Amino acid sequence: MDSLVIDIAVLVLAGFVGFAVISKVPNTLHTPLMSGTNAIHGVVVLGGLLLMAESSGVLEKILLVIAVAFGTINVIGGFLVTDRMLEMFKPKAESADADSPGPGEAA
Amino acid sequence: MSVLGTVFLQTTNFVDAAYIVAFGLMIYGMSGLTGPRTAVRGNLTAAVGMAVAVVATLLRKGEFHGSSTVWLIILGVAIGTAVGVPAARNVKMTAMPQMVALFNGVGGGAVALIAWVEYRHAFTSGGHSPWALRVEIFELFGAIVGSISFWGSNIAFGKLQEILPGRPIKAPGRTQTVINTVLLAAAVASAIILCAGTHSQVLFILGILVVAAILGNMLVLPIGGADMPVVISLLNAFTGLSAAATGVALSNPVMIVAGMIVGASGTILTDQMAKAMNRSVPAIVAGGFGGAVAAPAGPAGETGGTVRSTTAADVAIQLSYARQVVVAPGYGMAVAQAQHAVRELERALEAKGVVVKYAIHPVAGRMPGHMNVLLAEADVPYDLLREMDDINPEFPRTDVTLVIGANDVTNPAAKNEPGSPIYGMPILEVDRSAAVIVLKRSMASGFAGIDNPLFYEPKTSLLFGDAKASVSEITAEVQAL
Repeated sequence: MDSLVIDIAVLVLAGFVGFAVISKVPNTLHTPLMSGTNAIHGVVVLGGLLLMAESSGVLEKILLVIAVAFGTINVIGGFLVTDRMLEMFKPKAESADADSPGPGEAA
Repeated sequence: MSVLGTVFLQTTNFVDAAYIVAFGLMIYGMSGLTGPRTAVRGNLTAAVGMAVAVVATLLRKGEFHGSSTVWLIILGVAIGTAVGVPAARNVKMTAMPQMVALFNGVGGGAVALIAWVEYRHAFTSGGHSPWALRVEIFELFGAIVGSISFWGSNIAFGKLQEILPGRPIKAPGRTQTVINTVLLAAAVASAIILCAGTHSQVLFILGILVVAAILGNMLVLPIGGADMPVVISLLNAFTGLSAAATGVALSNPVMIVAGMIVGASGTILTDQMAKAMNRSVPAIVAGGFGGAVAAPAGPAGETGGTVRSTTAADVAIQLSYARQVVVAPGYGMAVAQAQHAVRELERALEAKGVVVKYAIHPVAGRMPGHMNVLLAEADVPYDLLREMDDINPEFPRTDVTLVIGANDVTNPAAKNEPGSPIYGMPILEVDRSAAVIVLKRSMASGFAGIDNPLFYEPKTSLLFGDAKASVSEITAEVQAL
């Protein structure tokens, strides 16, 4: 199969996985979720890393350094901020166990 | 074994395997975000997945032999870390929506820049082979959407940070829609021209980036402050999709999967937020409502005019002799940093045997769940926070509802006045409790710029002043009783 077809298949399937996983999140965790997904799209930093090896010329290198810096801010900042928000839920959640056994708990 | 080992260590396979592990961890981590107990670990798992993806990419055989490449990567990562870590560590919980907007914006910017460079490559190396065309289509999509996301997010940040005015800034009538449509058409047309082959590619790719930048500004400027969370969520989904498109162009499975998951989740979140505000996403994008301009205070103005103001001592007595008190916090509470004071008050009342609950509207604060985060920061137990559907049946049994810095989410006009711009929006039905006390800085209208008939009801009394000072005063009075 053409690799493009495979990539697009992965794209479509990932969309369904995204819908399935995310639609279970309770309202209360939406802000951390938004922030967490925000960090995950920082994955684009990989593109910057990959292209850096092939880049030629000053312009491309400058653009890619900026892109990698942007991507890093997105990833590191995103995960840190999400962690800060979620840490606040943590101790309280112990007492609320009985009320809200999350689906993720079994795992 | 040795054969298997050799095959496995051939770096392409190794990297592919690591990529699969990486996106597996990310998906598993996301599923952990479904419950407060597993959320911290989930976030950490996703971060580990990201780290695996980055390390695997750096290990790719023969890609990083040039020392200048290594240093440039280190430079980029160092700058990103130096900016990102302090920002994430120091941001106040109230400023979280802006921070998310900013992080989202730089992600979109990274996509646009990468698309630009990759496009240059595809063009110089491949000419117009089918492979190059494939890269071009996806990269140009990434360039347009990433650029819109970058500029749009920056405007959203500016509005929430109040660098820019929160009210809609737009051309009169339908002109704005026409302008935006023309801009989008121009961007798409340039992309098609590029794919069809032109001799001035540099001109067109720059043109696309500039047009998309203007479009990003034009899309968000006309949207009022109240709708900003929905916009950030939408742009979050955009950035995800553009990252996925870049992933297809680079044939990188982690980027495809991770980007697409964000695209999907962002879409769901956007839809849910819009529904909670009784708004449709197209209506929000079309701009207007949300910043005072399109919200005449007519019907509400007729209902009263006179409000009853009260004192902290009176409020303390009312609260102390209540059986059940419901606190309805809003963004005003967060701005005044009053959440810790509110928690103190709750403790003082509980010591007197009063049942205290918190009523959390889905869009209280400026994002869904924002209020939960703010209250969690003040150590309010998670099980005292009640979502709108759980708390609404309780209001008739509630003696006093304390509205702290909330306005639009308690506005009965959403139920009673078909002419109101927020008609149909689900609200906290605080007007059904026996008494309502509203803590307010002044008589200014809410974020949506609509007058609130609740304030003129006979059972409502208002306590003016800074929310934090007022709550502390009430607490002191309660303890003195």
